Amino acid sequence: MSEDSVFELARHYRFQWEQAQQAYVLLYPEGMVKLGTSAGEILKRVDGASPVSAIVADLERAFPGADLRRDVTEFLAHASVKGWIRVKPG
Amino acid sequence: MSSQANPPLWLLAELTYRCPLHCVYCSNPVDYTAYGEELATEEWVRVLREGRQLGATQLGFSGGEPLVRDDLEVLVAEARTLGYYSNLITSGIGLNERRIAAFKEGGLDHIQVSFQDSTREMNDFLSSTRTFDLKRRIAKLVKQYDYPMVLNVVLHRLNIDHVGQILELAAELEAEYVELANTQYYGWAFLNRDLLLPSQEQLERAEEVTNRFRERVGNRMKIYFVVPDYYENRPKACMNGWGSVFLNLTADGLALPCHEARMLPGLEFPSVREHDLRWIWHDSPAFNRYRGDEWMKEPCRSCPEKAKDYGGCRCQAYLLTGDAALADPVCDKSPHHALITRAVERARQAGAGVETKPVLFYRDDENSRRLSRKSEKAPIA
Ligand code: SF4
Ligand code: SF4
Repeated sequence: MSEDSVFELARHYRFQWEQAQQAYVLLYPEGMVKLGTSAGEILKRVDGASPVSAIVADLERAFPGADLRRDVTEFLAHASVKGWIRVKPG
Repeated sequence: MSSQANPPLWLLAELTYRCPLHCVYCSNPVDYTAYGEELATEEWVRVLREGRQLGATQLGFSGGEPLVRDDLEVLVAEARTLGYYSNLITSGIGLNERRIAAFKEGGLDHIQVSFQDSTREMNDFLSSTRTFDLKRRIAKLVKQYDYPMVLNVVLHRLNIDHVGQILELAAELEAEYVELANTQYYGWAFLNRDLLLPSQEQLERAEEVTNRFRERVGNRMKIYFVVPDYYENRPKACMNGWGSVFLNLTADGLALPCHEARMLPGLEFPSVREHDLRWIWHDSPAFNRYRGDEWMKEPCRSCPEKAKDYGGCRCQAYLLTGDAALADPVCDKSPHHALITRAVERARQAGAGVETKPVLFYRDDENSRRLSRKSEKAPIA
């Protein structure tokens, strides 16, 4: 993964805010992952258009004072391994 | 008393019991012809909304054949607006381009196609060009509209030896996921059990064929093989526990903790026509009846494994022993386990060519009416 990598949600996954759980969740066939606060904030920005650098910058604007680069790249790597997201081809 | 239970995650909407097929292993209730009127579109919409408010996220549309309902498009779109992840479980009969385009547009997330061989049409299922063309057409539509191709095939003694051919067919249709699910013995399948339960030998052969096929196709196709629980010595954790994650809604508006629960005696299942889902899930006596482990008898009550399997399936316990609060006889700690081993032994003999009387009950309206008249609530094991 580089600064310029662009991620998108894996096919057939859906990301949404879940009122009853007060959390962001990922939905897929016959299952659901409930996301922690920071995972939710990162995934919310995975839109198939923003490169990693833009996601980091945007998060640092929303949560000033923190160095989030490492958190973001670690989570994106984890989410790729889990198959929730993938690098957008091309 | 209101339960502290977590919300249901899964809603299964059995929209109708009408179906163009007559599968001998159908898990629909055998007396389905005796039920009241189907819920109307507005009633379904209200119930789906209540389900979301309660916290449900997964929604399955099934039946019968859900495509028989001509308001499916409306319900699909409503489900998406409400934020469900929705899945259509269908035989594919009645699917055409106009409908699948509307489902896509409305936001349907997933389609699971079951290839039914209704035995009456067994040869058809495996060889006829007519049905094969139909299947090819469905598979093509599913792909064209960017759904993963998920195939479900129910296995039993009469077709399990063809597992190789079934997998070839799946490969030709470029299926991405194939579920080879052995029949579970409820409803029509239970009536037909002695003709449907495969022998141990058949099972082993089928698994071997499946494994070889897996090696050949690699990641292209994911294949699940589900053995019948009659060949296990511990029961399945049925529904992950009674009233724990799953809520089944019947065509005529009853709420059930599993698809089969309707046959259990002494329980009054609440109707969505009279109650809202929140009351049904948390407060109705039926949903609290087998929640947790207070209701258990020995050997489950003092068993260290009860948190793992919840004593198995209430309906199977009732069907086989006549008491829904007993251990599922699949468990070899159950004093009734011999009921299972005897059925398995009969399957072995049948497999070895000892003739059994071939009387299959086809799931059709006439048989259903006959069976409802008998109002046969007594266990038949
Ligand atoms: S199992 Fe067969 S008969 Fe029963 S609802 Fe499904 S397709 Fe119809
Ligand atoms: S005795 Fe009951 S709880 Fe224990 S393993 Fe058997 S079915 Fe499960």
